Amino acid sequence: MSESTSVGIVAAQTARFSEPLTLKSGVVLPQFHLIHETYGKLNADKSNAVMVCHALSGNHHVAGKYSENDKYPGWWDNLIGPGRPLDTNRFFVIGLNNLGGCHGSSGPSSTNPATDKPWGATFPVVTVEDWVASQVRLADYFGIPQLAAVIGGSLGGMQALQWTISYPDRIRHALVIAAAPNLTAQNIAFNEVARQAIMTDPEFHDGYYYNHGVVPRRGLRIARMLGHITYLSDGAMGEKFGRKLKDGKIKYSFDVEFEMESYLRYQGDKFAGEFDANTYLRMTRALDYFDLALEYNGDLTAALTGAKANFLVVSFTSDWRFSSTRSREIVKALLGNELSVSYAEVTAAHGHDAFLMPDPHYHDILRAYFKKIETGDAA
Amino acid sequence: MTTAHTNFVEYAKLRSDFALIANWIKPGAKVLDLGCGDGALLGYLRDTSNVRGYGIEKDDANWLACMENGIDVIQMDLEAGLSGFEAQSFDVVVLSQTLQAVQNTEGIVQEMLRVGREAIVTFPNFGYWRHRIQLMAGQMPVSKNLPYQWYDTPNVHLCTIKDFDEFCANHNIRIEERLVLTDGRRISLLPNLMGSLAMYRLKTRLISGAT
Repeated sequence: MSESTSVGIVAAQTARFSEPLTLKSGVVLPQFHLIHETYGKLNADKSNAVMVCHALSGNHHVAGKYSENDKYPGWWDNLIGPGRPLDTNRFFVIGLNNLGGCHGSSGPSSTNPATDKPWGATFPVVTVEDWVASQVRLADYFGIPQLAAVIGGSLGGMQALQWTISYPDRIRHALVIAAAPNLTAQNIAFNEVARQAIMTDPEFHDGYYYNHGVVPRRGLRIARMLGHITYLSDGAMGEKFGRKLKDGKIKYSFDVEFEMESYLRYQGDKFAGEFDANTYLRMTRALDYFDLALEYNGDLTAALTGAKANFLVVSFTSDWRFSSTRSREIVKALLGNELSVSYAEVTAAHGHDAFLMPDPHYHDILRAYFKKIETGDAA
Repeated sequence: MTTAHTNFVEYAKLRSDFALIANWIKPGAKVLDLGCGDGALLGYLRDTSNVRGYGIEKDDANWLACMENGIDVIQMDLEAGLSGFEAQSFDVVVLSQTLQAVQNTEGIVQEMLRVGREAIVTFPNFGYWRHRIQLMAGQMPVSKNLPYQWYDTPNVHLCTIKDFDEFCANHNIRIEERLVLTDGRRISLLPNLMGSLAMYRLKTRLISGAT
């Protein structure tokens, strides 16, 4: 087997779209831009493109580093590169930051061209359908008539699913990982607690904190801490932190005493320093609203009737936020439509976050699936 | 055993039951293979009679082999039933040489006939004379179709042809066809004694009402 390596040094580009985009809410975005990165080469007949959709806090920086000195590579670097499961010797990979994001695409923290000020709270609420509608514009931008595949985990998997319904002729394969056909009530509840943490932060200023030169750091921090707990399994937390004390002894205080607390606070602080609160609200809302079968009286099989793609559905045994049961609902609906579908239930300890981990069997699954995707002429 | 197959038709020459199962399945049928292993049977059915097939497999290595063999495969444990499948959504559900290794035998056969319009079940015949001789000599049988020692066998529900006939009669199952083989040859005389492999094509027996 050839050696697997990183895609190396990468750079982001921005695509600008001047055709208005009518959102699901009815609001029209007169223009928008999407920041993105690409890895590998688009082949002559443009049949080897794979779009990677990000989850709640992800972005367009999926693989590689911006400079040799970067501490960390892109968020799914372990998957993508020459010889890696999503092999850039064969595929042209596109990563983007979704509409409403805070990493360079049109979003609350970007400038509203109509006012020359940050959009802030006036940036519209976006949905998974809206994202996919903007992503198809990005495919158009590259002149790609049909994507070889769309892959995503969690909220990213929901976008891959939506692609197969919104644009059945423009996607050949959907890799739907750790996803669900909609959120459970418990999941919506977690999102609401996160949003309340942000919106009740005195520095939120109804979403216009940019004008006050502050950010609702406390709210974001708590939102992230809560999220983090739900992305891990009890087992994984127990194994990593257990009841370990930071200083080896109990101090009878409310400082950080347990390693678990230290980790959560670190994750919360890191996130609050780099993520936009208005984006967080919109990403969680997009999750809440996503419901494939809503317009079909809850009949998921009926919702997927128009899909033509081939599917790989993957879930993880310890993922309690997007459990295997939810993935099996998707599989059942795909079988009901006699679509090509394979389903793997990966035994993994890491909870929902397992979809980002380089578990050997999980990567073998993705490698085997990508191998069978035909790409017309050689890249 | 997991194998990446390049030619299912060639491989099928080693598996006398493949062609016979294929004879029982209409071209283009929708087939579910329970415990499909590396997907060889489905690959053979696809390449020879254009069958649209899905496999169910629990084992990680077998699952990957199916994927590499181009077979659509659903990872799940048969013992949990087939609740992920709609009633009568398949033309045929196959359980090939796996019956003897399942815990919930009654449940699985009933599930097969709920999900499939027909079921094909094959199993090693415990009543085969070579098995009987080994038992009479005081030892658990070991043979080509039962290649395990008593302490490492995955088989928990071994039965004879006579047992399975009775099972069908008691479970409202109609036997459409039955074939008995030894070393790939058909056995018609004293099948429960002379046959090493039994193959059944089954349907739910319709309760006939007063007409």
